Amino acid sequence: MQDLLRRYGTNLTYMCIALTFFWLVILVLLPNFTMLESSFRPYLAKVDEGGPLDFYSLGNYGKILGNNVDTSLFGMSFQLPVRVKVFLLTIFYSAVVTVITFVLAYPLAYYLAKIASPKSLPTLFLLLFVPLWVSEILRSFAWWIILAFKGPLNALLMSLGIIDNEIRWIAGFSPVIIGLVYTYVLFMVFPLYNAMQSLDSNQIEAAEDLGSPWWRTHWRVILPHAKPGIASGAVMVFMLSAGSLLVPSLLGSTTSGWFTQTIQEIMLGSQDWNAGAAFAFMLLLACTLFVSVMMRVFGVKLSDIAK
Amino acid sequence: MSAAIELDNVCCDFDKFRAVDHVNVSIQPGEFFSFLGPSGCGKTTILRMISGFIEPTEGVIRIGGKDMKGQRANQRPTALIFQNLALFPLMPIWENIAFGLEVRGVDKAKRRARAEELLALVDLHDSADKMVSQLSGGQKQRVAIARALAVEPSVMLLDEPLSALDLKLRQHMRAELRAIQKRTGVTFIYITHDQGEALAMSDRVGVMSQGKLQQVANPRDIYNSPVNGFVASFVGENNILSGAVKNKSSGIASFNTAIGEFKARLGADASGKSAKLYIRPEHMTLSNKPGKENSVAVTVSDVSFEGNFIAVQAKTENGTQLVAELRNDGSATVPSTGAKMHMTFDALRSSILPDTQSAGA
Repeated sequence: MQDLLRRYGTNLTYMCIALTFFWLVILVLLPNFTMLESSFRPYLAKVDEGGPLDFYSLGNYGKILGNNVDTSLFGMSFQLPVRVKVFLLTIFYSAVVTVITFVLAYPLAYYLAKIASPKSLPTLFLLLFVPLWVSEILRSFAWWIILAFKGPLNALLMSLGIIDNEIRWIAGFSPVIIGLVYTYVLFMVFPLYNAMQSLDSNQIEAAEDLGSPWWRTHWRVILPHAKPGIASGAVMVFMLSAGSLLVPSLLGSTTSGWFTQTIQEIMLGSQDWNAGAAFAFMLLLACTLFVSVMMRVFGVKLSDIAK
Repeated sequence: MSAAIELDNVCCDFDKFRAVDHVNVSIQPGEFFSFLGPSGCGKTTILRMISGFIEPTEGVIRIGGKDMKGQRANQRPTALIFQNLALFPLMPIWENIAFGLEVRGVDKAKRRARAEELLALVDLHDSADKMVSQLSGGQKQRVAIARALAVEPSVMLLDEPLSALDLKLRQHMRAELRAIQKRTGVTFIYITHDQGEALAMSDRVGVMSQGKLQQVANPRDIYNSPVNGFVASFVGENNILSGAVKNKSSGIASFNTAIGEFKARLGADASGKSAKLYIRPEHMTLSNKPGKENSVAVTVSDVSFEGNFIAVQAKTENGTQLVAELRNDGSATVPSTGAKMHMTFDALRSSILPDTQSAGA
């Protein structure tokens, strides 16, 4: 604090503190607490608010149950509430998206950090950023066109003779996965690139000099060094995917429910903001839990990610 | 265990810049060979070519008689110790040392045992499970040596590994490295810009400048009989006098300078007009009376007491600066500033050499 005052003077210091306070309290904490508070209150008519019916309960959280559907997993069939099923599938497919982005981003980040000449880097980064100049909606629509039944992808594959009949791409979760991977892959590339760039190239050469083949150098030297980058990339991609609404809405099929869509239906369709808040809070909680468990499993600390 | 290395007409270009220029040298098995030169002289490029990270543009590198063309770094019988050591910070010490064995598929118990053995060899007991960050500079140094020795290389390549250590430790590690080399019998190729290191440790030294190998000889010959002005002035201090060679007889020539005519050994190729006279400060003697030959009258301008020697700066009549270093044997009299004395040197201990000083700039 003293150091800040000395360096920036009184006005600038207080302005910095005020802006940080505004961002943290007004933009982050307050809306979340409002959501948390309303999630415990029942959905009432305006006249009943504050009346005898208005009391805190876990009723909204219970609304995730009910409407059982048949589900099968590993050959076992059982009944699961439809919203719980959508909830679990959202978590699962977000994890799948995270793994795919990692597999795609790792070689790319390694190429950018250690192989590409520094002269070509600005051009390569520009090429990576160009798609971001177009809005997420348009990019999702573009994929919707590409993947269409009579669309360019099927036409290309058929003209190359790879397939004989059109494939129905927009079915199940695959278009959502494709869309999410495309939208969020850069959130994996850049943390990985940063982590790998900080690795001393001599260590890679030292491993090679000791006789290590390329894959072992990656497994024992580069991958462990990049772990914090992988973790922060994975957290971002997972959270963004689980919380994404646009991509699942545009690229989703009849069989691909995303939990954010459920929340949207309840909030905007049923106008039940209290239940929506409860569902949103459950999603937040589940994602945080999932990320914490994964971090524990891979031995990454929160301070590593913040780097 | 150890192998000979031959560099046959080796060149290396980076774009249009020639980093290594027709280097020919043959290093014996079990030899401690140093490449000595200023930064940018191409010595590290030579090392990287031998270890397999760079392919020579021209010429052949042979290790143990075998042409290394097309062999990658992980296929060569060499082990490189990097300037910054490049230890793996996320592995404990023993895994660092055993990494080369892990690569070769040795099982874990054997790896661990071998790592302990090597740690004992480099005097680092009980450090197997520590992390790299817990060790001091000198200890890290030893781990790097142990890691390189673990793969039982025929040739050990060292890229200025002592430059990050403080003076005392550096001197200690010099002796240590030399002892390890003797004990293991591995061929050592050592890169340094520190003449003291090169002279003290090596069997032979190759002095480099601008990609060219200037002289290859044992340390004594490098210091006492440099072949040109670059070697003379890069290795050790000199009084340098310009002038012209007058006549030559049996290797000793007369050399005409602004402060008189001197007799000195005539180096090869030194008859050209750009020759200069090089006299080591410690080969200058200071006396009250002029010597028989090669003597010049001077006025002492500055005396600095360095402990083991006394550096005397003196000016001749025409203002030429000369330096003499007198060994402090306990009884040496320290001359006083302003004293009028004579500086004398032995013709056999001074050389007329071609002036390639610019080559080292």
